[in-house]
Amino acid sequence: MEYLPNILFGILLVIGIGYFSRNVKKLRRNIFLGRDADLSDNKPQRWKNMARIALGQSQMVVRPIAGIMHIIVYIGFVIINIEVLEIIIDGLLGTHRIFAFMGGFYDFLIASFEILALLVIVAVVVFWLRRNALKLARFVKPEMKGWPKSDANWILYIELILMGLFLTMNAADYQLQQMGVAHYEEAGMFPVSQFILPVFEGMSASSVILIERIAWWLHIAGILFFLNYLYYSKHLHILLAFPNTYFGNLKPKGEFANNEAVTKEVKLMMDPNADPFAAPAEDTAPPEKFGASDVQDLKWVQLLSAYTCTECGRCTSECPANQTGKKLSPRKIMMDTRDRLEEVGKNIDKNKGEFVDDGKQLLDDYISREELWACTSCNACVEACPVSIDPLSIIMNMRQYLVMEQSAAPAELNAMMGNIENNGAPWPFNQMDRLNWAEEAG
Amino acid sequence: MNVPTMASLFAEGKQPEILFWVGCAGSFDDRAKKITKAFVKLLNKAGVSFAVLGTEESCSGDPAKRAGNEFLFQMQAVTNIEVMNGYGIKKVVTACPHCFNTLKNEYPGLGGNYDVVHHTQFLKQLVEEGKIGLKGGTYKGKRITYHDPCYLGRANDVYEAPRELIRKLDAELVEMKSCRQRGLCCGAGGAQMFKEAEKGDKEVNIERTEQAMETQPEIIAAACPFCNTMMTDGVKNKEKEASIAVMDIAELMSEAEDL
Ligand code: SF4
Ligand code: SF4
Repeated sequence: MEYLPNILFGILLVIGIGYFSRNVKKLRRNIFLGRDADLSDNKPQRWKNMARIALGQSQMVVRPIAGIMHIIVYIGFVIINIEVLEIIIDGLLGTHRIFAFMGGFYDFLIASFEILALLVIVAVVVFWLRRNALKLARFVKPEMKGWPKSDANWILYIELILMGLFLTMNAADYQLQQMGVAHYEEAGMFPVSQFILPVFEGMSASSVILIERIAWWLHIAGILFFLNYLYYSKHLHILLAFPNTYFGNLKPKGEFANNEAVTKEVKLMMDPNADPFAAPAEDTAPPEKFGASDVQDLKWVQLLSAYTCTECGRCTSECPANQTGKKLSPRKIMMDTRDRLEEVGKNIDKNKGEFVDDGKQLLDDYISREELWACTSCNACVEACPVSIDPLSIIMNMRQYLVMEQSAAPAELNAMMGNIENNGAPWPFNQMDRLNWAEEAG
Repeated sequence: MNVPTMASLFAEGKQPEILFWVGCAGSFDDRAKKITKAFVKLLNKAGVSFAVLGTEESCSGDPAKRAGNEFLFQMQAVTNIEVMNGYGIKKVVTACPHCFNTLKNEYPGLGGNYDVVHHTQFLKQLVEEGKIGLKGGTYKGKRITYHDPCYLGRANDVYEAPRELIRKLDAELVEMKSCRQRGLCCGAGGAQMFKEAEKGDKEVNIERTEQAMETQPEIIAAACPFCNTMMTDGVKNKEKEASIAVMDIAELMSEAEDL
């Protein structure tokens, strides 16, 4: 019986981490439903970008208030993981504050955790107010109804509860230390939680131990719950921001990849020696679909981005189309891509590893043509994204599908393209008149 | 105005230093043609050895590509590259950020490798080399606001060359609330120039013109023929064309030089 708590803790840990790794596997599989993309080039630059953007939060401070608050929560999260390590060891071995041997440094650590916890609480409250009381424009867009909205709030509540439990646990511990209860040897420094101490006035040692134990268990259980909540939440970005910034675009933003499948065809068409009637070689793969109508047509890095999106809406608030009341919202493009990908993933799970056509696709069922055609390709969304997501690339891939597979461009664009084909200019002017300006006065 | 073509120089056995890529807007659009001419006058004045392709030039393919027609884009690109490679072209200057971006970034993958510069970058270099004087005076103390073209700014990180030229004109450069990396699109890019905008509350160019007008400018400077059109329309829509001029950097300079 003596080891019961240790065993229970071990089981809890295995379940928590096991379920999490199951979801990570699913995540990986879904991401690699996308097409290949070779992003193994220029590793030093990629590491640098990851360090600067994900680790260094360089893009966050473009908006100073949200940026600084976010950095507090972020540092709080990273540092508190050291505490979690201690909790896990204590839980498994039945020890108490195993790192206490570090003495003064340990006091310093615990003290800084406490101060961070307090700052995190402040930041979380500010975040909550911005979303729910101030209702900043980017948080009340149509795509932010329902789950996306409650998801954002849930995260804030969970963080608040976790921090509260952490401070309660410390306060009770401190009280027990002062009461001289065995097992609770003096360790740590409690600049914040010491103010909770009066609550324990007149309580017996066993009651305080009960509180300490409850807070301790709930704290670690909460952390494991949070770990598993990630997969279902925009909060996945705390993990995926790292790979996503690593694999982020290194080329100039204006450079849209040349579609290689098209290059092949164009070469054939332009090659005077090519035999137009030649039978295709037996073993050639079926021609690749041009552009994208569903998630499998996108590159894996675009799918990774869909899972990374934090739904912060910085892209949407910079988008000229969105600012002028058009339906397009780059954030919605990313959220739709993720939702559809999740749907496809569930379909595969249900059908023993095979995707069975469900009569739906990303185009039309999630993203409308109206949204796609409203984009000016201005790259404002790409510039604004704090985690290197490129919503524009998805929009362009889908336009390619519309135009090249479906010939479904708006009539005016068809006219423009017809002009280019016939006159070498988007307007109906004769190519032979191209130099007329040189003759004109002025 | 002296406008040699590649073909004529080739016939004389000569090779110019640079190709001036005019672009469709610069060749055909009445407003943009003025920019083209202003730039040529500056080239003439600085004694730059250049030529244009003239009737051998064709659309760079940018609007086709942004509309999603990769086929048409690549056909255009391959045709243009064939012509340019045929003349052994090394350096290209253009006043259109869309052509600039496509030629610079997307042509190399299809066999067209050139040193591509935007006309504001090239003009800045000419000023620095002392080939163009900029006597100043014309714009002394005038409030000029500069609109960043998306395909020059965010797409290719060219923010400072146009600004430096405006400052060199002795003008007062006033920034809009959205500028540089956070500049707002004029609404023309991504092939939007050639179609009606989707339904919304407002046109993008009106929003941008309002931002420009907040700076109380006498001149809105642009560095793209499409931005120029969009901002000109915006100013007209606000009935401010009598007090606010929309001008390309090349036009500002050629006027300062009395060309
Ligand atoms: S590139 Fe398109 S989606 Fe992105 S900000 Fe510009 S208009 Fe909006
Ligand atoms: S794409 Fe980037 S900027 Fe847009 S909501 Fe997602 S994380 Fe935020």
